[in-house]
Amino acid sequence: MTQAEISCKDYRLKNLDKQGSSITRKETLFRFFLVTAAITSVSIVMGIFISLLFGSWKSINEFGLNFIWSSAWNPAARQFGALPFIIGTLSTSFLALLISIPFSFASAIYLSLYLKSGWLSGLLKFSVELLAGIPSIIYGFWGLFVLVPIVRSIEIKLGFIPYGVGVATASIILAIMIIPFASSMASEVIKLVPQDLKEAGFAMGATRFEVIKNIILPYASGGIFSGILLAFGRAFGETMAVTMVIGNSNIIPKNIFSPANSMASVIANEFTEARGDLYLSSLIEIGLLLFIISFIVNAIGNRIMKRMTVKK
Amino acid sequence: MEKRLKIRQIQDKLFTVIVALFSIAIILPLFFIIFYIVRNGAAEINWHFITSLPKPVGETGGISNAIVGTTELIGIAALIAIPLALFTGIYMKEFEKSKLAAVVSSLTDLLQGVPSIVIGIVCYLWIVLPLRSFSALSGSVALAIMMLPMIIKSTYHSLKLVPDSLKEASLALGTPYYRTVMKVIVPAASSGIITGIILSISRVAGETAPLLFTAFGNPFMNLNVTKPVNSLPLLIFNYATSPFSDWQKQAWGASLILIIMVSALNLLSKIMEHKWKTTY
Repeated sequence: MTQAEISCKDYRLKNLDKQGSSITRKETLFRFFLVTAAITSVSIVMGIFISLLFGSWKSINEFGLNFIWSSAWNPAARQFGALPFIIGTLSTSFLALLISIPFSFASAIYLSLYLKSGWLSGLLKFSVELLAGIPSIIYGFWGLFVLVPIVRSIEIKLGFIPYGVGVATASIILAIMIIPFASSMASEVIKLVPQDLKEAGFAMGATRFEVIKNIILPYASGGIFSGILLAFGRAFGETMAVTMVIGNSNIIPKNIFSPANSMASVIANEFTEARGDLYLSSLIEIGLLLFIISFIVNAIGNRIMKRMTVKK
Repeated sequence: MEKRLKIRQIQDKLFTVIVALFSIAIILPLFFIIFYIVRNGAAEINWHFITSLPKPVGETGGISNAIVGTTELIGIAALIAIPLALFTGIYMKEFEKSKLAAVVSSLTDLLQGVPSIVIGIVCYLWIVLPLRSFSALSGSVALAIMMLPMIIKSTYHSLKLVPDSLKEASLALGTPYYRTVMKVIVPAASSGIITGIILSISRVAGETAPLLFTAFGNPFMNLNVTKPVNSLPLLIFNYATSPFSDWQKQAWGASLILIIMVSALNLLSKIMEHKWKTTY
């Protein structure tokens, strides 16, 4: 090998080395980007929790656990208790679930076990998808101008004070809003039931009703529970539609036709007008409660769902 | 024996009818909502309504500032959320077994369940308080936080569908790792990722709660990101709860436009899902 050839090879090797190191640098940079993005996403969620905790510190200090049990909400007297809103949220969400469960279950069963194709199945699927796509503000607006007069005339017939707005109206709107979500959860759960179990049932001469009652429902019970839990999680954080039709009254509702306020709706109504640190801090504490409840509900619901999926 | 069979058959028939009736009943509220919005909204919509600014009660104004504001809010939110969510999604797929990925996965699930009003509060604390003013920026950040979990999840699930053989082939050719990811794996999953992005935009386009105390609303046209800005949902809320029938009528028109916008985005995502769908 001549001297020239050797130096040429040397040069090429050096060059290759340079290229290699630049690739390594880009590689490190790329990994750095990925990890940074992941850490940023994580810290946003952590940051939300920490900010809420700091924001509500004054109110936590002042009222402690009493905040949850007290029903006095009187900004002028610096008295803040969240009980009316907790009751408002729980009653509207439970009623909404109660109303929507038969519909969402029926549609899930109908679509996955009876009507697998055809124009009616297409129309039903399309309707559920459209319902899911309508923004919550439009449900509220529609509820305020169409549903409230209907509820008012029912109240007059039944002899209640005809507010029109109130727990019942909010529950109906909420029920319509969570049907798509609850229905998709239900079909998810029904899909988890193994095909051979169903077929075995049919082979024994069971009718469709019997297969559903004796095989599908018992097998899917865990999934049904978590589906209901997740649908509840959807309902209780809903803000705009509820705010517009619940009546915004800061006392504990006496019956299902009384006006009330939910946790989310009281924040929406009073946050920008809150004067004073303690008032603002109390509203933030309600936000913190919403965050914690949604955390618990989603954690349990998702865990059960995941376990069901793995079992299959 | 015969009788028992008859009873079971009738029971089955009855159940079928009940299930069918309950399912078909779902179409009713949808029909009524769409019917009212189209009937009341169509009368309001004309060129003047779309292109002019809101006017005091009594004069016929428009909603141009809300349309521009919604576009501005969503545009900035997308600029913030897409890169962050994309890289987080790639991280979750590529470092699937790491502890951080597990944390990211459960926290995105959690973030998806957080009520939108809570995100509004947090953006108020983070941005509105330090800047001492409601602003378009704070609204965009709130919407971006809402978009994050949706895009992260759709990115992760689309990347999972890309077969390992593609990645192995690219690495075997000597392609560096970062180029393999960015030039081979991500493009192969692009249809799913883009569908997810469009869906997340259509979801936040109708959001009102996180904007109440961030973007706040503004009766004038505004493009400055540090000043309050109007959006379609905010305008519908303010007009619908106002005592003036003029404004309530305009709220129907704005609702129709919002529904058309959201449905168009949903339709677009559906078309992309069907047309670009790649199967391996």
